[in-house]
Amino acid sequence: MDRRRFLAGTAVLVVLPLGSASATAEAMAEAIKKVVGNSVVTEGRVTLDLPPLIENGNTVPLVVSVQSPMTVADHVKAIHVFNEKNPQPNVFSARLSARNGKATIGTRIKLGDSQKIVAIAETSDGRFWSASADVIVTLAACLEEST
Amino acid sequence: MANVLVNAPKTAKRGSVVEIKALILHPMETGFRPGTMGKIIPRNIIERFTATWNGTEIFDMEMSPAIAANPFVSFFAVASETGTVGLRWTGDEGFVVEERVVITVE
Repeated sequence: MDRRRFLAGTAVLVVLPLGSASATAEAMAEAIKKVVGNSVVTEGRVTLDLPPLIENGNTVPLVVSVQSPMTVADHVKAIHVFNEKNPQPNVFSARLSARNGKATIGTRIKLGDSQKIVAIAETSDGRFWSASADVIVTLAACLEEST
Repeated sequence: MANVLVNAPKTAKRGSVVEIKALILHPMETGFRPGTMGKIIPRNIIERFTATWNGTEIFDMEMSPAIAANPFVSFFAVASETGTVGLRWTGDEGFVVEERVVITVE
């Protein structure tokens, strides 16, 4: 095999593993619908902070913050986070009030695959805001028990 | 048995916003993983984390198996008056852990 043909062959091999089956994009849409109902979800006001490239899906730091004065009249009531390709679409749902002063929540999550994460915030006026982030996971959260 | 680590300021200025961080030892077993004999390991997660300030609920979070093992949560609270912040984790298999920290407001 000459060098040119060998290189062409490796290029094909590199391309092949991409393109995996997405099973639960609809499940995520359904889970979001359960929370927002028929309300309009506007993109904005929410910041979803997590690393774009994740080496280990077992613990992924995630911070959601929402721009809000957090007063009794105008505050964030709830923050929900959803994912596309873990076995279940929900990550967490938190309820907030003016007592929080700042609509920011930090936690660590598991990611089973490269996917889209969506955060939705509900403000006290009943409106919904969202942000999403695409992440690449190189080592997925383990599906088998390590022995 | 459960180990909890809470990080909150001991003192705060009245009306200021303080950050409270909490970490708890827990496997957060998803219920989707096969074990050594190929049998699914039953789900064992913390389902709910709540925080109170002098008994008034200030934060409530519903967790799913997608929360990493040894759940870490950070959130903010307005330091309204000197008081006890009560943190409570509840979950599968009757898991209940409570922890308290006192924040003095000046």
